[in-house]
This record gives sequence, structure tokens and C-alpha cells, in this order.
Amino acid sequence: MTVNLSLKHRFEQFDLNVSFEAPKGLTVLFGASGSGKTTIINAIAGLLQPNHAQIKVGDTLLQDTDQGIWVPPHKRALGYIFQDSRLFPHLNVGQNLDYAGRVTGGMAARKSSVQQRSYVIDMLDIGDILKRRPATLSGGEKQRVAIGRALLASPQLILADEPLAALDAARKAEILPYFERIRDETDCPIIYVSHAASEVARLATTVVALKAGQVLRMGPALDVLADPSVMPVGVGSVGAVIEARVHAHHGDGLTELSAGGVTLYLPRLPQSLGAVVRVRLPASDVLLATCAPKDISALNTLQGQVQDIQAISDFAVLVTLKTQAGPVLARVTRRSVAALGLSVGVTCYAIAKTVAIAADDTADFT
Amino acid sequence: MMLFGFSPAEWQAILLSLKVALVATCVSLPLGIYIAYVLARRQFWGKQILNALVLLPLVLPPVVTGYVLLIVFGVHGPIGGFLKQFGVVFAFQWTGAVLAAAVMAFPLMVRAIRLSIEAVDPKLEQAASTLGASKIQVFFTITLPLMFPGVFAGAVLAFAKALGEFGATITFVASIPGQTQTIPSAIYALLQVPNQEASALRLVVISVILALAALIVSEVLAKRFERRIAQNDSARSAR
Repeated sequence: MTVNLSLKHRFEQFDLNVSFEAPKGLTVLFGASGSGKTTIINAIAGLLQPNHAQIKVGDTLLQDTDQGIWVPPHKRALGYIFQDSRLFPHLNVGQNLDYAGRVTGGMAARKSSVQQRSYVIDMLDIGDILKRRPATLSGGEKQRVAIGRALLASPQLILADEPLAALDAARKAEILPYFERIRDETDCPIIYVSHAASEVARLATTVVALKAGQVLRMGPALDVLADPSVMPVGVGSVGAVIEARVHAHHGDGLTELSAGGVTLYLPRLPQSLGAVVRVRLPASDVLLATCAPKDISALNTLQGQVQDIQAISDFAVLVTLKTQAGPVLARVTRRSVAALGLSVGVTCYAIAKTVAIAADDTADFT
Repeated sequence: MMLFGFSPAEWQAILLSLKVALVATCVSLPLGIYIAYVLARRQFWGKQILNALVLLPLVLPPVVTGYVLLIVFGVHGPIGGFLKQFGVVFAFQWTGAVLAAAVMAFPLMVRAIRLSIEAVDPKLEQAASTLGASKIQVFFTITLPLMFPGVFAGAVLAFAKALGEFGATITFVASIPGQTQTIPSAIYALLQVPNQEASALRLVVISVILALAALIVSEVLAKRFERRIAQNDSARSAR
């Protein structure tokens, strides 16, 4: 099932004009605040009526302003996860989970059988708090319940509006795996709004990068994240994301990863051998050298050819390197580019000071 | 019969007062909730006029309100005359006392309920609609339960106000023992006659007790409600 969408809406500050297709999997709408992400997701939910819109989920037309079609929010079969949870304060956790089943006259309840209910409760690990009121829950617990409530609405489409933005790093790490599981274990497309590059790197199947109401770039996550033109969307966070396979766990506390024939070392990962992980190489932590580095403490070196050099400020440029593991971005000074004689096609080596599992930026490693 | 030292006439006034106040509150409550909801949530032409009309009995001299009711709902009045064809008569009936009490208590009721609706976060209602709840379901499963303490407080306040209503009632339906003579009009009547001070005093004490009880219940509920809002606010600022 895919989501097709085309929207136009006039705001005071900017005009929103986007159209994209979100395939199965998790599509991240990525952009700075004010780029129109939340407007888009609310239009899909029917909570906001754009001036012009055509929204289709699978074969179902949710809105077409040309034909005068508008399906109200409650008939859209959604699961909307809000940034602020929005649990109903007068209901306990169990009643919040069952709300959709209750108001749809058991229709959703029947579809989301008892089996599915216990599956969701187990998956989110909320079996012990079913009798508690939302006011007594921690932020992470609230968000888990909100996810469960959305899943138990038997949605055709899951919407998530910065579901982790209100949580601290530890709580974020607690919730992220659940989104991975939903992405991998359901057929339901997920539209996920975020401005955090780490979340995008870890979760996204498809990325739609937005800037001031326009689609800047869209496509498979790894391609979009390695594209320097997306960088203005989040300068500080730019960096290539590489998919790698866990190859070996070594006795000295390191895990060896293999990415397209390139070997990378990370501090011990919990994943078992053969598991595929995404690692992130922040562009600001990548050094370039024109000869293979020797006698250097850094373990992770990737050979490649310069594919693109793009100015990002008066003194800095972003160099895209084509390696066997995929594109790698490095942020270096103009002076270095001149001194090393870097130009498109030149072979050089990227030395990654930090390689971290995507969305787990604490595991820096030199 | 002299239960608790009350004469049958006094009992009649007390029971009638309770009946009138209770019926007035219950009958006007759905309309009060509806008007409060419209005033809190809808934008429409003439909203300020509706708001002023609802509040009018609060500032108008009660005798004027009573006289207007008499003109409009009297047997020769435009509405009273029309309703008379269906056998519904307000003038000089206990139902008229109910109408007068309801009109006088309505502003207090609507204000309390409106405040409670404004405290309900519309984002929760949006969330409910994304989960499949229609507008009516959202109202009955989310909005109404969340504003319930305010509704209850408003109803208790209206009940207390209805119990004490005098000016509009005596103007509209006079003071007929057993028909329209509520506690306040009974006290007034007793004070016109010599040597009835003891009887008047008993009714005064009963009035004070009923009013106090209603106010305390209403305040306690309001406090609890404030705490609930404060809880929501702290949750909101913690985002």
C-alpha cells in the first residue's frame, strides 16, 4: 500500500507546494521547523484542510479538492502518534488502548482481535501499567501507550509527528526500536515527521527532505542522506549513513563490520553475527588524506574517489567520496582542498574519527 | 404534623422549593451545556449578542425579568398563549416558578460550564477523531467526561440560585401556598404577619443551610477541577 499526495496551501510566511509518493515502509518527512512537515501530516489526517489537495492511501481517495471529496478524520482509518502523546487523562492505559475499538462499535476491536491486543501490549512492554492513569506515567511510557493506541486502531496508515522530540536521549533510545519493529513487522505505511538526522538515519526507508514548503529531494533514505544538497536542511547533522553487516565480535571489545567489502570497527554491538546495522559517519568527523594513512590510531579508513565538492561557507566545503561502502561525506576547509589538490575523480582516503550506530550518537569511537 | 418542629405549611414551602430548584436545574442543564459549548467553541455572527442575552438576568432587576416572563409566557403572551393550546400553562403554576428559577440561574450555570469546556484541550478531541470517533462520540467520550466537574459545579450553583430565587418568581407566578410559594416567598409572606417570626426564622435557617451546603459542594468540586487542570498544564510544560 502506498500513499500518494499532492498539496498546495498558502501560509502567511510561505507557500506549501508538495507532491510525493510514500511507499511501504517508513517515510520520513525531514526538514527544519517551518518547512511544512506538520501541515502535511495534519492534512493527511484530515485535521487541516489545505487550499488544494489530493491524498490517496492505496486505492482510497481521502481528499480531492477538485472533485469535492473529503473523508472526515474519523473515517480515515489512521493511527496518529502525536509528539505530546495526547492520552486521554480520564481513562486508564487499558481504556486508552481500547478507545478506537470502543468508538468504532467493536469494528476495529474485532479486527484487532484479543490476540493482536496482547501482541501490541507485549511488544511495547506496557502490560504492567494497564490500570494506571496517564498522569502517573513517565514520558517514555506515555509515548509507548500512544503508539499502542494508534496500532490498535487497525490503521491503514500510521502517522507520527516528531514522536520522540519531547523525550530525552535515554527515552529516545527506549522508543526507537519499537518504530523499527513496526516498520519491519507491519505492511502499514508509516509517515514520520522529524528534524533529527539521527532518527532519519536509523528509521527511514524513504526520505522526503522539505525546505520552506517545497520538496528539496526525495528517495531511498541512504541516497538522500548522502546528498550534499540536502545539507541545508540540517547543517550540523549532515553525514553519510552506511549499511553494514556484523562480521565478528572480537575479544578486545570491538565488533567488526563489513560494508561492501570495507571493514569497520565499532565498540561491541549487541547485534548478532550477520545482522544488518546502519552506521553514521558525521561529515565533520571525517578527515581526508591523499595517501593511505599509516601509523595512525584511527581504525576506520575508507578508500574512494572524489565525486563532488560543494561550498558550504566562506571557508568550508563538503566533499563527497564514492567508496565501496557507499557515499561518504567529509567537511573540510577550502585551504585543505587546495593543499591536497582535491578535485573530482581524485582518489583519496576518508578517515572516520567517529563511526556510530545510527541514532546512537553516544557510541563515538576513534 | 410537626416533624423537626416544622409546620405543614413550612414543609410545603421547603419541598416545593426543592422540587422547583431540582426540576429547574435538570431541565435547563442540557440547554446550558449546549449554549456553553457553542459560546466556548464556535465562532458565529451574533455570538456577543447571545452571550449578553444569557447573562442578562444576572444584571437585570429580578422584578423586570419576572415581568418580561409574565408578558411573554403569560396566558395572553406570544409564547404562553401558543403553549396554552397544548395545555402547557406557566402563569401562577409551579411550572412557572420552575421557569423563573431556571432563567435566573441560567447565567451562573452557563458561565461555570463554559469555563470547564475552555479548559478541555481540543488536541485531545483531535486525537479522538483520528482514532475513529465521530463528532458526537468525541463529545460524549472525551469532552463531556473532561468537563464533568465543571458541569456538576455549575449545576449545584444553579440549584442554589434557584432555591433562593424570589423577585422574578413572585412577579411571574405570585406566592400561592402549595403552588408557587417557595421558601423565600414564604418568608416574605410570614414577615408581613405579626407573631410569625419563629416560623420565618426556621425557614431562614433552612435557607442558609441549603445555600451553604450547595456552595461548599460547588467549591470543593471547583478545587478538584482546578487541580486537574493544573495537572494537565504541568504535563504540557514538561513537553
